[in-house]
Amino acid sequence: MSANDADRATVTGSTERETATAVSEAEGPIVDLSGVTFGYTATPVVEDVSLAVESGEYVAVVGPNGSGKSTLMRLMLGLLGPDTGTARLFGEDAAGFNDGERVGYVAQRATAAEDMPITVREVVKMGRFPYLGVDRLTDGALADEFAADPVNTARRTANVVTGRLTADDWEIVDDALATVGMSAFADRRIGRLSGGQRQRVFIARALAGEADLLVLDEPTVGVDAESVDAFYDLLGALNEAGITVVLIEHDLGAVAEHADRVVCLNREVYFDGPTDEFVESDALARAFGTEARFLTRGGE
Amino acid sequence: MSDPLTAAVLAWLLAAVDQSLTLAAVDQSPALALQGGLGGVGEVVFGVLLWALDQWYWLMDWAYYSTGLEMLDPRYRYMHRALLVGLCVGVMAPLIGTFLVHRQLALIGDALAHTAFAGVAVGLFLNAVIDLGVSPYLTAVVVAMIAALFIELISETTDAYNDVSMAIVLSTGFALGTTLISLNAGGLAVGVNQYLFGNLSTVSPQSAGILLVLFVVIVGTVAVTRNQLLYVTFDETAAAVSGIPVNWYNRVMVMLTAMVVVGAMQIMGVILVAAMLVVPVAGATQVSRSFTESLVVSVVLAELAVLLGIGVAYYGGVTAGGVIVLIAVGIYVCAVAIGKLQSARGERETSEMGGIETDGADGGIGTGGDRP
Repeated sequence: MSANDADRATVTGSTERETATAVSEAEGPIVDLSGVTFGYTATPVVEDVSLAVESGEYVAVVGPNGSGKSTLMRLMLGLLGPDTGTARLFGEDAAGFNDGERVGYVAQRATAAEDMPITVREVVKMGRFPYLGVDRLTDGALADEFAADPVNTARRTANVVTGRLTADDWEIVDDALATVGMSAFADRRIGRLSGGQRQRVFIARALAGEADLLVLDEPTVGVDAESVDAFYDLLGALNEAGITVVLIEHDLGAVAEHADRVVCLNREVYFDGPTDEFVESDALARAFGTEARFLTRGGE
Repeated sequence: MSDPLTAAVLAWLLAAVDQSLTLAAVDQSPALALQGGLGGVGEVVFGVLLWALDQWYWLMDWAYYSTGLEMLDPRYRYMHRALLVGLCVGVMAPLIGTFLVHRQLALIGDALAHTAFAGVAVGLFLNAVIDLGVSPYLTAVVVAMIAALFIELISETTDAYNDVSMAIVLSTGFALGTTLISLNAGGLAVGVNQYLFGNLSTVSPQSAGILLVLFVVIVGTVAVTRNQLLYVTFDETAAAVSGIPVNWYNRVMVMLTAMVVVGAMQIMGVILVAAMLVVPVAGATQVSRSFTESLVVSVVLAELAVLLGIGVAYYGGVTAGGVIVLIAVGIYVCAVAIGKLQSARGERETSEMGGIETDGADGGIGTGGDRP
């Protein structure tokens, strides 16, 4: 793919996203946690956390090991329900959130990815799955469309039931692969890729779902330094194109370099504000209980 | 769809029902035996199945006259049925097994097979005590599906597939089975061997019919839900985030496994049935690059093992289940060797290309150097 193609893909993406952004502005914050407390046992893992992420932000959540970062992420995504407080996603109750395709999730590493015989394109294709499947028929949207355009809706319904991707779906998949620079590897088995390449594939999967929000849980663990830089460049470019990014990260240097806003967590929120203020503040020392330093790639 | 195709399909369906009713009227004995289990609708369904079976016999007769293979002799209808069951098992076992193996649930098949044995025992017991006249395979399906749901619910509440819970369900199933059977006949009854080790000659038209129903349900369900099952298998959390009801699909998966296990039990037996879910898939994983390819290859390997196994069992006078598994393992060993050769060659090509990492910069916005 040429650089022009990449630009075109980005521009198309951003035009679509402007509409999505307009909608989400009407909905309020994309992520909205209010007074959230949660514990797996009687001791809370996160306590009285309030956090709102607006559309287009690039927020990093940092904290020491066991500080509740991943739990907070699961609460945001509705995978866990808070004991007290409320968690909302795109203005809806997070636990009952129905438009899952608007959220792209990238884990530390997908558990099955190593050994499973599956190609890069097959993984990215999964981004389209929320749009297919029999359970999609029950959400009522197709019924409304049917009244307007029965022939095309009938055709789409057949695709939804049989789980077949249309030519449009495949085009979106290929665009997503091109955007993350992985077109050349589309037919490779994912287990044969490096850690950094694999994470770019998972981002492509989120893009194929046309996600407005990207949530990443320590995505660069086990990825070599050079690929980490390329990965964060990609994330920055996607954020500039209008995608909201929430990054759970242990690498403070990367956070200081790339995120616009930092939330420092250790069971409760120690700091929530612009990255440069965070770098100057003593929140890090308080949250980590020790002196911590920012190490950027240049060693500064 | 008011086209000739619709008319043709309707005509075919009417003809099939018509012919099946006639057949059901002629061949009453197996139909009657199944009626108790399936009720009124069963008559029509079973009629259709008998009709399908009749077409299969016709095909096998034709194959016999073309090839002259002794095991296809029209006098040996049980061999025709055994081949039909084997071919169906060769499709549905690796189909489901592929999802199980990659979720590291290879042993769930074994656990469910042992509970299916309890189901067989329940069927035999009910037939002896209250003369229910139901096929033990039918009760096996019901009991195995209940056990499957039970295992799934345990995993949902404890947040992990627990090998301890699976071991408990496995032993409980087998214990219940042996107890019920000994209660039934004052000791382990004759005829249990066919359920434990499988038997080609005991595949009745009735149990072949049950298998055909299971086959249609399993293949149909996987065809419709394959995307969701793949997503849940590959990355459960991402699937949950994207709005796929993960628990629901996990339940579907274990119930389908229970059905496969009971279907394959007829020729494989309780003890060896899990091998069909796992071994062909393990072989396919070694040589396949894509998921679709691995599905197709695992089915081909399983069919190869089943057909060769049934052939060797017939001509060698040995138990089919054991031979099928041994052949499948032989194929697996070959696949491992081929896989090693393939990856050695792949690595050589990669190093000749100058490594994967540097190729990544193909102009996407992710590659820092190309950005304006």
